[in-house]
Amino acid sequence: MLRIATRNITHSIMALVCAIAAAHATESRSTGWSAEDRRTLRSLSLASLGPLANDPSNGVANDDRAAALGQALFFDTRLSGNGKVSCASCHTPAKEFQDAKPLAEGMGTTVRRTMPIAGTAHSAWQFWDGRADSQWEQALGPLESAVEHGGSRTQYAHEIATRYKRAYTEVFGPLPKLDGLPRTAGPIADTAALHAWQHIPASRQEDISRVYANIGKAIAAFERRIEFTPSRFDRYVDAELAGRAHSPESSLSRDETDGLHLFIGKAQCVNCHNGPRFTDDHFHNTGIPQSSTPLPFDSGRAAGAHKAVAGEFSCTSRYSDATPGDCAELRFAVTEGEELIRAFKTPSLRNVASRAPYMHAGQLATLAQVVSHYDRAPVAPAGHSELRALRLSPTERRQIEAFLGTLSSPVLVRPL
Amino acid sequence: MNTLRSSDKRRVTRIRHFLSMSVVIAISLLSGCMMMAQAPRDLDYARTRLSQGARYRATIRPEGDSIPRGRLQQWTLHLETASGAPVDSAVITIDGGMPQHGHGLPTKPRVTRALGHGDHLVEGLKFNMGGWWIVRFRINSATGADSLVFNLKL
Repeated sequence: MLRIATRNITHSIMALVCAIAAAHATESRSTGWSAEDRRTLRSLSLASLGPLANDPSNGVANDDRAAALGQALFFDTRLSGNGKVSCASCHTPAKEFQDAKPLAEGMGTTVRRTMPIAGTAHSAWQFWDGRADSQWEQALGPLESAVEHGGSRTQYAHEIATRYKRAYTEVFGPLPKLDGLPRTAGPIADTAALHAWQHIPASRQEDISRVYANIGKAIAAFERRIEFTPSRFDRYVDAELAGRAHSPESSLSRDETDGLHLFIGKAQCVNCHNGPRFTDDHFHNTGIPQSSTPLPFDSGRAAGAHKAVAGEFSCTSRYSDATPGDCAELRFAVTEGEELIRAFKTPSLRNVASRAPYMHAGQLATLAQVVSHYDRAPVAPAGHSELRALRLSPTERRQIEAFLGTLSSPVLVRPL
Repeated sequence: MNTLRSSDKRRVTRIRHFLSMSVVIAISLLSGCMMMAQAPRDLDYARTRLSQGARYRATIRPEGDSIPRGRLQQWTLHLETASGAPVDSAVITIDGGMPQHGHGLPTKPRVTRALGHGDHLVEGLKFNMGGWWIVRFRINSATGADSLVFNLKL
């Protein structure tokens, strides 16, 4: 009797424990989000993205005329050494302003993956290594890169004077005199162009560089208007937080919901991919493997931080419209340390599912490979990876990938 | 129950042990992942702390009640000796990070100005992730060298 009684008690209590466990799992896995989960979901929703802050270093950032000029320049292939490369060559509007290639291709092939543009005006640092501290400084880098646009400062100044004089003058005032300046000259890798640049008096160099900086500021005024639109994830969060019933446009599948739970929980993706743009705007070594294409060693932020501080067109430069007090990100930037070695900027995950290949040199071809990489947490090729192995099941990896697909939405250029 | 045989008593004891272990394992399984992501429960998040060597008492005053994530911010650090005398002249350096992640602060904050009455302006603070952070002030003044660690929850 006693044996039967104790066995029954045992079974009853075990059933109770299992029921509690199942109830807990059900609550956290399907309908119920904890209060902390809900705060996290709110923080990830596009509705939490505040208005775009001013860029004090760019006095025309919010000027519609500058944006119109910048839009024209963005698509102009004459701003290149061979007349075939524009910003849009790599930042293709039909592909969310990126090119879907492992390495960007302009006049040659670069060593990095093209980054998308939407929402980057909210970020303090541009490029994978953050070597530019504004969108306008970023825009100027590729224009002088031999493997991207491959042009020079005097060439671009001549182009502005020839074809954009009126629009430029309306925004920035009179152009400097360009009489007698060589067609091609600038502080670039091309030896003849550099030699020609060095023979231009310093005061004229500065005039030309100011025109060059203004080209960047106009392009940035356009790029600031490239924005994300709400995705199915955003509609899901909005409905969930408001307690509304989900429509087909705001519904997530069971796998997608479970993937979201993993994203903000066990898989810890949200540590770095946080906020409404799913990025902490910082730099991390996540042990990304070397590219299969032979490339020079890329130290990432370790070099990028120094370039940012020394930037000819930085927030504190003579071409900036900011006061030194406006440039706090630069003043307080970390420029030394092990953590910077092979650290790269956390990219936004919005539209990530349609943006293969992945990582700073397109090393990973599919999103499944990306999730697998973060699950395995391999040793970094240089420096130290911040990752720790997650030990996800194949189902969990698939669910995270499913969730990432809910972040897709059209990219919008705010009309002029 | 007084009439239970000794073998039955042993069985009940084994069952009790088994059940208690089951509950412990079940709770561990349910909370295991969360434990990885959460800070220790007994952390002191007080904004006024005594230094480790008990030489100073300091209070941090962020801009608002909550500390924002992802935005540069300024704090006021109020510094006084353990006996309550304001400390205006001190060399103060700052470091910190996320102990669970093993990384430091994303910026290099500094005390940029002594504001008087023991107050010091701290600029360049930023926290790029949610979770448990520490900020350490190393202080050197006529009172001596000491350090203070503040826990933050973002």
